[in-house]
Amino acid sequence: MAAQASFIGQKNKKEQVYTDPWHMMNEAPRTPSFFTGSEVIKEAVRRASCDIMVAYPITPQSEAAALCGELFAEGYIGDYFRGESEFAVMSQCAGAAFGGARVFTTTAGPGTMRAMENFPMWAGARLPIQMIVTCRGINSPLSIQPDTLEISYLMQTGMLVWHAETAQDFYDWILKGYMVSEEPDVHLPLALCCDGFFVTHTKDMVDLTPVDMCLPPYDPYRSPVPCMDMECPPVRMMRDPFVMKSNYISYATHASWQQEVWAAVERSRKHTIRWMDGLIDADDTDADVMVVASGTAVSQSREAIAMLEEEGIHVGLVKVKTLRPWPGEEIREATKHAKHIIVPEFNVIGWLAREVSATVPNNERIHAGPHVCGGMTMPPEIIAAEIKTVLGVKAPSLAGRGG
Amino acid sequence: MSKERIKIAEELFDIMPVEYQDLVKRATYGNGQRGWKDIGNAKELIEEHSLCAGCPESMAFRYILASLPNPEDTVMVGSTGCTSLVFPHVAVHNIHSLFGNQNAVASGLKRALTVRFPDRHKDVVVLAGDGATVDIGLDMTLQAWFRQEKFTTICFDNELYANTGGQESGLMQKGFVAKMAPVGKTFEKVRLPEIARESGCHYVVNCTVSKPNLIEKVIKNAVHVAREIGPTYLQLYTPCILEIGKNSMEGLQEMRDSEKPTERFAYKEYVSEPAKELLAELAAKEKERKAEAKKQLAGQSA
Ligand SMILES: Cc1ncc(C[n+]2csc(CCOP(=O)(O)OP(=O)(O)O)c2C)c(N)n1
Ligand code: SF4
Ligand SMILES: [Mg+2]
Repeated sequence: MAAQASFIGQKNKKEQVYTDPWHMMNEAPRTPSFFTGSEVIKEAVRRASCDIMVAYPITPQSEAAALCGELFAEGYIGDYFRGESEFAVMSQCAGAAFGGARVFTTTAGPGTMRAMENFPMWAGARLPIQMIVTCRGINSPLSIQPDTLEISYLMQTGMLVWHAETAQDFYDWILKGYMVSEEPDVHLPLALCCDGFFVTHTKDMVDLTPVDMCLPPYDPYRSPVPCMDMECPPVRMMRDPFVMKSNYISYATHASWQQEVWAAVERSRKHTIRWMDGLIDADDTDADVMVVASGTAVSQSREAIAMLEEEGIHVGLVKVKTLRPWPGEEIREATKHAKHIIVPEFNVIGWLAREVSATVPNNERIHAGPHVCGGMTMPPEIIAAEIKTVLGVKAPSLAGRGG
Repeated sequence: MSKERIKIAEELFDIMPVEYQDLVKRATYGNGQRGWKDIGNAKELIEEHSLCAGCPESMAFRYILASLPNPEDTVMVGSTGCTSLVFPHVAVHNIHSLFGNQNAVASGLKRALTVRFPDRHKDVVVLAGDGATVDIGLDMTLQAWFRQEKFTTICFDNELYANTGGQESGLMQKGFVAKMAPVGKTFEKVRLPEIARESGCHYVVNCTVSKPNLIEKVIKNAVHVAREIGPTYLQLYTPCILEIGKNSMEGLQEMRDSEKPTERFAYKEYVSEPAKELLAELAAKEKERKAEAKKQLAGQSA
């Protein structure tokens, strides 16, 4: 903290004041602004004191990535360039983070999958890179439409994975994300996901922090592993690389390091709870029916719940904000009175329902769905219909969906 | 980082590891004249290695590490392969992340170090096998050159995938029978030095590691040109004695045989115009320094 504290109150070359992050995020005045999700990403990065951003075009994140390029041209980012592929981009991000930079990048769908080999490496190397994932389909034939399937792969990498619902979440979480992932007892990459198009390409009112305030710079010497900049003594790391050995010490080393990465994910919990006011938001937990959702499915569920309320059907809502760390205890608590747990999702496999099923007791209460995918929208009506079906209430037939 | 930075408090000196004490007492950090002749006299930046006995890669490592002009501010990037078994023994910060992505990692690293240390030279040197450089990582090798990233790429060309047991690689000679080339490799050795020149490298050398003084020269040139002008590439023959059926002491002869004028590792060099100017400048400065030193020596004895 000492090194960070010493920057607070000083100005950067754009005349922004390095501000105590807690003050900046929670106490400083906010200005309501009408922006697309992509523009919101730009505004958050403007205030994030990023050293390096690497970009690559893929819908629906291209606009955000290009807007960050404008920030570089204006002098808000240390360096910025277009890599040659997502695999290369994520390795370029790794190199920059190994060298002690605060790093930002964005990707989506096939880009996430192309780069996949990098993500467990980032986590294992304890690189607190932030990657925005504006989810889109990864199926064949080619699709550019929103679909959250890629998140299920990211959840097994050892990265922190958060799922934003709105542009406001995005704005706050980009900035708070660095504060959590750069903690010495965490020091892990963050995949900050949203549902492409729904969040990136729609306009929304977002309360922005003052433009002349920014986060203190990243301090690479608070890392739990040495920064590769030759500013600390380079000692020989080991006598025999573990990869060469087939013995217990080598297995134990690899095993304990994997466990340590996941322990670091767990340790992020306390910081995340503090910064994000909990890993979930829960409303009306005394209701017989609870919806558990993340991302855009939360907004759609909220609409459905309002519609049902008018018909006298009372439904509660759990908004899952972080997928890693997984809010198991919180979801168990919030759904303990529920007779039915509805999990609507924008993907075909229902990864959120699987996670919830593995978490709560009596999981016959869980109804996985509705599921939309391949770019379909999720009208609140189909969530309401699912709930009515579960309750045995007759639902009007939905045009084209067979009722 | 200066040698000052690694000094040990007097009270704690004797409890530090011997290697570290050596680093403080006998490292050639900050010595502009360091080179291959320090090997055996000064603290080397490599201790043991876990390569096969007599593997020419081990000589190459020693020569390269002794020749880096600025090891106290150099970060190396490796890749998976036999070289990755050596890097954990090397007393220069080095990164291993994945197989084949070394030039992408180095691009990000060099830019980060430039942003963080705008007033200092932080050299970045990539060292990877031929499989990593030419096959799986070719895209990233070339793209870093197209972008004129300012670091040195060194390829340890052993003409096959050694670490996985001797499979065909793009730099293998045509006709060579290897694993995954059961009837002999059907296409020519990829001409990466020429491709490097066309891709924007400012200093390219193709040679063996039989002569330490030559390696010292090309390493220094490559690092200086990369620092000031743009990408540089060294392709060094480090035969995999294990896979070509040679004994431990036969590596040197194998290299000597392959560097004859008509052979594939005959010394080849390309230097761009700006790089020529820079190297001439550096040579002139060196000459001046030597003359000055001689004068002083003469003055002292007089
Ligand atoms: C993505 C990926 N593919 C394949 C491998 C397996 N692999 C490890 S080392 C290696 C060969 C390395 O060959 P080269 O780069 O020539 O280095 P050498 O061992 O010959 O020095 C391969 C194929 C890997 N580690 N990662
Ligand atoms: S396998 Fe070949 S390249 Fe690898 S250490 Fe042994 S001799 Fe050297
Ligand atoms: Mg090889």
